[in-house]
Amino acid sequence: MYMNILKIDKIEKYYGNKSSLTKAIDNISFSVDKGEFVAIMGASGSGKTTLLNSISTIDKVTSGHIYVEGEDITKLKGNELNAFRRDKLGFIFQDFNLLDTLTAYENIALSLSIKNVNYKEIDERIKKVAEELSIKHVLKKYPYQMSGGERQRVAAARAIITNPSIILADEPTGALDSKSSKMLLEKFNYLNQELDATILMVTHDAFTASYASRVIFIKDGKIFNEIIRGNDTRKAFFDKIIDVVTLLGGDLNDAL
Amino acid sequence: MLFKLSLKNIRKSFKDYAIYFFTLILGVAIFYVFNAIESQTVLLNVTATTRDIITLMTNMLSGVSVFVSLILGFLIIYASRFLIKRRNKEFGIYLTLGMSKRKISTILFIETLFIGIISLFVGIFIGAILSQVMSLLVANMFEADMTKFTFIFSKSACIKTLLYFSIMYLIVMIFNVINISRCKLIDLINHSKKTEKVKLKNPILCIIIFIIAIIMLVYAYYKVTIDVESLSTPDKIFIPIILGCISTFLIFWSLSGLILKIVKSIKGLYYRGLNSFILKQISSKINTTVVSMTIICLMLFVTICVLSSSLSIKNSMSANLEELAPVDIALTKTRNITAEKAQEYGYNTAYIEDSFLPITDSLSKLDFDVSKYLKDMVTVHYYVDEALTVEKTLGSYYEETKKTLPFLTYNMPEEIVTVSEYNEVAKLYGNETFTLDEDEYIIIADYDSMIEVRNEALKRNTPITLLGKTYYPKYSECQNGFIAISSNHINAGIIIVPDSAVDDSLLERESLIANYKASDDTGRKNIEEVIINLANHPYISSTNLEASTKLSIYESSVGLGAMVTFIGLYLGIIFLISSAAILALKELSESTDNIDRYKMLRKLGVEERMLNKALFMQIFIFFIFPLILAIIHSIFGIEFCKFILETFGDKEMTKSITMTAIFLVVIYGGYFLITYYSSKNIIRNR
Repeated sequence: MYMNILKIDKIEKYYGNKSSLTKAIDNISFSVDKGEFVAIMGASGSGKTTLLNSISTIDKVTSGHIYVEGEDITKLKGNELNAFRRDKLGFIFQDFNLLDTLTAYENIALSLSIKNVNYKEIDERIKKVAEELSIKHVLKKYPYQMSGGERQRVAAARAIITNPSIILADEPTGALDSKSSKMLLEKFNYLNQELDATILMVTHDAFTASYASRVIFIKDGKIFNEIIRGNDTRKAFFDKIIDVVTLLGGDLNDAL
Repeated sequence: MLFKLSLKNIRKSFKDYAIYFFTLILGVAIFYVFNAIESQTVLLNVTATTRDIITLMTNMLSGVSVFVSLILGFLIIYASRFLIKRRNKEFGIYLTLGMSKRKISTILFIETLFIGIISLFVGIFIGAILSQVMSLLVANMFEADMTKFTFIFSKSACIKTLLYFSIMYLIVMIFNVINISRCKLIDLINHSKKTEKVKLKNPILCIIIFIIAIIMLVYAYYKVTIDVESLSTPDKIFIPIILGCISTFLIFWSLSGLILKIVKSIKGLYYRGLNSFILKQISSKINTTVVSMTIICLMLFVTICVLSSSLSIKNSMSANLEELAPVDIALTKTRNITAEKAQEYGYNTAYIEDSFLPITDSLSKLDFDVSKYLKDMVTVHYYVDEALTVEKTLGSYYEETKKTLPFLTYNMPEEIVTVSEYNEVAKLYGNETFTLDEDEYIIIADYDSMIEVRNEALKRNTPITLLGKTYYPKYSECQNGFIAISSNHINAGIIIVPDSAVDDSLLERESLIANYKASDDTGRKNIEEVIINLANHPYISSTNLEASTKLSIYESSVGLGAMVTFIGLYLGIIFLISSAAILALKELSESTDNIDRYKMLRKLGVEERMLNKALFMQIFIFFIFPLILAIIHSIFGIEFCKFILETFGDKEMTKSITMTAIFLVVIYGGYFLITYYSSKNIIRNR
């Protein structure tokens, strides 16, 4: 077992051509250990979504390497990429990305059925995860019949059920009200602490980030700062984050 | 500026337009091909009769073209509405930028114009090539020699195509303008945000509806096949047709819910791979497209029936001729015209005098040397007793028949022939000969529907009275046979009686049946020319002599067969294109909505192969569903067509059904593949 679930090694991502070059990611390196809950904070355009897309192999880096459980995923091609996402990653998106034609149960089942897990096991695992994420009552419902918070927890269930190496969450609370956000983040903590899930979350919201065990700040494609919660209370950690945000200045303020 | 934008739009969305273009080009090409037949056949070496038939055929085809252009017009409007719907967001952006609706209409106008010009140009080009193949087909149909091949371009067909399609495009433009002027900005922008609501149907209701639909369908099938005799009047056929349409709708309505329910209950199958996704995709769409599925299914059904029966008519007609026209010529004239009749119809004296002469005498008056041109001559006299009508020969069965078959002419006098003369004919034709006792009669017929009616009367031993003497049927069934040569089984019944049963007072008509005194085709053709030239003889106005020759029957029946085949082909292909195009467009517009879903599946890590398979299955099921039901309908529909076409004899349809299958596979399959690859492109690129 590797201690470093995720290791990012000097990655760069350029957009555009020679005449007008944009460095979305400019030499970023960090690593995430097993069982960590890491938040990446940054303003719009800071490169945090590009970073997440690179890790999730949706986007390709210009240079550098990304290792997931020791495997260099920047070298993967075609179907290897799909297989990697299927077996190693769990996704949670800002806009939930549930299939509107399927019920919650079927949405969760899909991520197992594409791995050819048999139905008996699918059913058992869904029941277990639904219990953990308190979504048992919506399993038969369609996405449009659920609240935003319920949808996002269904999406979380879908992400966690395959036992991925790492869960990637892109602004998971972006479309939720504060109550639903809180509930979702508490579930994230539960998954992280009780089930030892590794979570990498991108957000621009300090409150959301304060649930993490470590926060990495990104500005203009570079790592700006990094703070660790340690034994602080969530409230104390939140204040620390606010301090850094103030230091960062600029438009991140209005995200509060 | 607007011009440039339009051009860019076309270039950019060329892939989206592929189906649209394909349909337009195909439509133009087929329209051209069928309208160019006349010019294509100008150089064919055919007889005057065949030439007349070709002219008649091209006239009919141009009539059908009006109908075809209506169908194509609707199709084009439908297609362009789909394309506009797909571009709602784009128009929304134009409107928010402050572009006026008039300018957007102008953009659409220019686009339609360009697409129109390109499709017309390409379509006519392809049509011109295809019509060369068509001339081969025409030559083959009319059995003319294609001695030399020349490339023909039909200017008139070209102009006609341009005119018709220009009108269609103009109407499309008007529709587009109306569409644009009616839409609201908020709808345009929010278009993609509509979430799909999956309405699940009550499974029990589905089962009940499904069973009802099946019962209706089985009843309709029963009506048009086993119980087909009961459809005696044309209006009765509407009941099975309406039942068929309704049940088709209900089957599609209930099947979507039912299949989902069944597969869902097999958990191991439902939760395997992307099955749950595919199934929900299909069922959610079938919910909203039941009506169009029904229409497409019915159109396919009509196409299959029309193609397979029209293609078989030609074959069966040629096959019949050998049997039904075994001699070269049959000359007929009405005999012994009475004074009253002459007055009634205003015949002149020469005409009446001629009617008292036997055929051979009339022929010599026409300077036709019988012994020089004809051999194997047999003379038949037809006798008629005004009192002996169909009603009388049906006897006690008449009252029942009148109820079931009210349209039969019951007051028509029966034709009577003596047994010795009939036997002469039968010997010449190679048919069965008969002997009769003094009080017996036989009915000779080969028209199936009439045989059935007559057989019942014969079974009841119905007597007939002739010149005061009574006769009874020798057999309880009609005997197979005929006297007049023709292309079809149309002998509804001739009564054969002992020689002593009739006398000259009943004589109505005389027929002279013979072969040409020639050993080869050229010799026969020369005698045929002599016969045709009799029409120019001065004496011809004084006689009612009529000739029907094997050659003329052959040409006209081949012509009739070919005509039906061409019209069938024309309509069949247009119907096929229309239904396939509607399906393809619907499917493609869905694919645009599906981009996000497939994107998401990809993020979940579904392999490309699995995604493509899912897409393939989704489109395949959508295409195959209406086709399967249409094929089931067609099995019974063709059975019914056979019944209607039974006068054309031959019931062998394997060849024509194979041809139909080839058309289906090429056109329908072609549309399926284009749809699949375009959809694949749509979900891959964006």
